[in-house]
Amino acid sequence: MRSFLKPLLMVAAMAMGMTAVVPMPAWALVELNVNKGNVEPLPIAITDFQGGDALGAQISQIVTADLKRSGLFAPIDKSAFIEKISNPDAAPRFDDWKVINAQALVTGSVSKEADGRIRAQYRLWDTFAGQQMSGEQFFANDANQRRVAHIIADAIYERLTGEKGYFDTRVVFIDESGAKNARKKRLAIMDQDGANVRYLSDGRSIVLTPRFSPNRQEITYMSYESGQPRVYLLQIETGQRELVGNFPGMTFAPRFSPDGQKVIMSLLRDDGNSNIFAMDLRSRSTTRLTNSTAIDTSPSYSPDGSKVVFTSDRGGRAQIYVMGADGSGQTRISFGDGVYSTPVWSPRGDLIAFTKQTGGEFQIGVMKTDGSGERILSSGFQQEGPTWAPNGRVLMFFRDSNGGPKLVSVDLTGRNEQPIPTANFASDPAWSPLLE
Amino acid sequence: MGRIAALTRNPVMIALVAMLAIAGCASKKTPNSAADLGLNGAGAATPGSAQDFTVNIGDRIFFDTDSSSIRADAQTTLARQAQWLNQYKQYAIVVEGHADERGTREYNLALGARRAAAARDFLVSKGVASSRLKTISYGKERPVAVCDDISCWSQNRRAVTTLSGAGS
Repeated sequence: MRSFLKPLLMVAAMAMGMTAVVPMPAWALVELNVNKGNVEPLPIAITDFQGGDALGAQISQIVTADLKRSGLFAPIDKSAFIEKISNPDAAPRFDDWKVINAQALVTGSVSKEADGRIRAQYRLWDTFAGQQMSGEQFFANDANQRRVAHIIADAIYERLTGEKGYFDTRVVFIDESGAKNARKKRLAIMDQDGANVRYLSDGRSIVLTPRFSPNRQEITYMSYESGQPRVYLLQIETGQRELVGNFPGMTFAPRFSPDGQKVIMSLLRDDGNSNIFAMDLRSRSTTRLTNSTAIDTSPSYSPDGSKVVFTSDRGGRAQIYVMGADGSGQTRISFGDGVYSTPVWSPRGDLIAFTKQTGGEFQIGVMKTDGSGERILSSGFQQEGPTWAPNGRVLMFFRDSNGGPKLVSVDLTGRNEQPIPTANFASDPAWSPLLE
Repeated sequence: MGRIAALTRNPVMIALVAMLAIAGCASKKTPNSAADLGLNGAGAATPGSAQDFTVNIGDRIFFDTDSSSIRADAQTTLARQAQWLNQYKQYAIVVEGHADERGTREYNLALGARRAAAARDFLVSKGVASSRLKTISYGKERPVAVCDDISCWSQNRRAVTTLSGAGS
């Protein structure tokens, strides 16, 4: 397997000293308040980066697609542009951009360094204030061309919204092909926009529910390869795999703790019920967190590691519960009309995403961590399994229709739903963290 | 015992039970059934063979939605299975638990496991040695019927008793 993680280290960023950013009062600059209920997408003009032949246009295209899919930006069609940028380092003719209502403008260039690396730089301009908002340059090797564009999109997103971006991220998922009653399932990884798909398993065994470690180097998932379904760890770079724990029965529903030191999962009891255990990956010691004659599964840690949200049918049907990370204080938090499962704690800590079955539908929704404030973001005949973008603003899940599952993203307003392009059917997405 | 009442309210269930009564039911849709084994009729299987078990005894039972209770019709099937398994002790047995697609993945893995355990426990209660029995859950990963309505879902909510060969 080819490494894609190593080149991460070769991406370096530094602020461009060429234009001093004069401190200005915040109100003078264009900005998006993503906390408002109804955000009007910000009109933005993203010009082709100069140089690098087709690469300049490609970077601009990737940045444009990222910002557009976020739902927070309305990139202006290039055919409307009046000024043709010839020097991306010089101040543009702001009036030419104001007249087409571009509140923000992106210019940039790309070139090849003597050592073979690519250098990409961008400037973000506030057209109405008539000044530069930010400018940075990045270096990357050839294999990371798309990453540079995503990093630039993240920088623009962060400057304009005040929130961390999420475009320089990846998704692990299950690639599905073949007939429904003989599905071939392969572990796969791709960029968050569907590019650069790589397969991490050969499809001979059923594999399910992959999840990233906090450092993005490992995946924990479930596989039938040994006959009995069990939880495994996979080092993405080396392809090295290992069984997590040595339990007699099925282990499933794994997730990492926020510090990456533990895997929390369900273990099948001999009586057919399932309880939640945490295993310390260094000491290999296991801790039982639940001990009920019920199905306890789908555990997910809070980002500070102090709590765990999970599904249990101990009350009759599946509902969402929260407990301390030591198993203390197990409390039901979902009380709506329906069956709740697949809870996932937001990386911001403020919300829990879930799948709810009610009235013959499957819904993706969020609730506060005490169960209040439930909001349904998406409804459909068959859809499940939300995963959070690392900034806690967007969810991805899978929806089964037209013969198989496909990935879909939706933002927290529920109004911006986007298909994630995949070659085959795809399910069980898990979003990577951002690399700090 | 409200299960019988529930059953009679559900015409699909009745149809299914009726089909079950005929050995080798749903042969068009179930890959483990007589038709797929290349048999022309129920009587063709050698007594004590895996075919005999599948065709003449019935290798699977069905469950209500989100339930792992052994229904009355399933008890009849399992009792028949137990009698056969007690007669032909050379077989090791794996009970597969399955769920329909109308549940989320991890919950359905757990539900399939619970169904397999319920079927296993019933067989043990009828005298099958627990040392011969293993269970495995496939959740909703291995449907036998693939349409998008209740007639398929009810066939997929199942526990299948499979014979894993002589010895063990």
